[in-house]
Amino acid sequence: MQSFFAAYTWDNLRYLLQGLWVTVEVSVVSILFSFILGTLLGVARYVKIKYFSAIVGFVIDLIRNLPLLLILFFTYFALPDIGIRLPVIPAAIVAMTVFESAMLAEIVRSGINAVPVGQMEAARSNGLSYTQAMTKIIMPQAFKKMIPPIVSQFISLVKDTSLATIILLPELTYHAQIIYGQNINYMIPMFVALAALYFIVNYALSIASRVIDRRMSRAPR
Amino acid sequence: MFTILAEHGSALLSGLGYTLAASLMALLGSLVIGTAFALFEISHRKWLRIIGRIYVEVVRNIPLLVIALGFYVIVPRYVMPMDGFTAGTIGLTIYTSAFIAETVRAGIESVAVGQMEGARSVGLTYTQAMVQIIFPQAIKIVVPPLGNQFINLVKNSSVLAFVAGFDLMYEGKIVANATFSTFDTYLAVGLLYLVLTMPLSYLMRYLEKHWVSA
Repeated sequence: MQSFFAAYTWDNLRYLLQGLWVTVEVSVVSILFSFILGTLLGVARYVKIKYFSAIVGFVIDLIRNLPLLLILFFTYFALPDIGIRLPVIPAAIVAMTVFESAMLAEIVRSGINAVPVGQMEAARSNGLSYTQAMTKIIMPQAFKKMIPPIVSQFISLVKDTSLATIILLPELTYHAQIIYGQNINYMIPMFVALAALYFIVNYALSIASRVIDRRMSRAPR
Repeated sequence: MFTILAEHGSALLSGLGYTLAASLMALLGSLVIGTAFALFEISHRKWLRIIGRIYVEVVRNIPLLVIALGFYVIVPRYVMPMDGFTAGTIGLTIYTSAFIAETVRAGIESVAVGQMEGARSVGLTYTQAMVQIIFPQAIKIVVPPLGNQFINLVKNSSVLAFVAGFDLMYEGKIVANATFSTFDTYLAVGLLYLVLTMPLSYLMRYLEKHWVSA
């Protein structure tokens, strides 16, 4: 028991928090990129332009059906084989962004689908162009509906950054492994710390999402 | 890519077999555990509800990798010998069970309350009402999301690569290291994953459209 708490030295805790910071950084940067890309892809799939939308849709489905770990391997280990060499952090961000934008594209599309058809018809009959109706009427309503699924996608992203341990991204899980790699007695305390840190971050996110959702649904449009 | 498949196809196929085996076992295990915790969550006893809630919230907010790795390194050292495949599959089972608990709970709750009241008032016990009246109705609602969970399982089973679990990702890594043609190898690995997941995901989309609405 004594050695359990001995694991939590100031240096070790700081090292873990440094890892957590990288986890958060990579997650936030990836979700921002994915949000932009995912919105474009989701709309591209939704608008049903001949061939184009179908191809976009197929690519989205392909990516969604691959393990993120494989995409990580691809960006870090396979791309150098064809001459594209990315450092660890960009490689992780690219992999996460590719995967998450496909996920977000589907969230965006079903968000748009959830807006009643009458909204588009009313906007068009008031003289707005399709693009105007889309950007001013449909998307704002759709984004409101997307907040809870996007937050839960962000939670999975935070968890999934742990996979980047395999390309030696200096994030939380990797740092914990380094610590217990140096002193095997710290193994259990490190896993407890990992579970606790991930839980705190993700649980806080899920509570925030619930609060936002409640506020949004209470407020008049 | 085709040379990789031709020369190392058997290793990759054996990996695919392990991936499928781990996913199926984890699906069965997490169905049992997940349903149990779903029942806890809707129980009349407050302490059972609390246990159910805590389990679900804790498990689904921790990365699968941390759970699988935890079993892989802690159990053999302090409890009993355990190989990577077993540790990985247990990790997958526990992780997925939290999501299945949520799916099953939502399915049961979507069956109208009146169904339970009706069943109880004609003399069925709580267990009988659950098994004979509520479950059969809930299953139809729950099948498409469970199918999607299975797709996630197949993808998530790639964490077995971290714990020497002989799965597709692990075999892919070995082939890539042996042949040095990483690009072609991971392309082949991706193709094999898609062979499993793509048809399933289209099937689930079809079921969601034509089955639930019916």
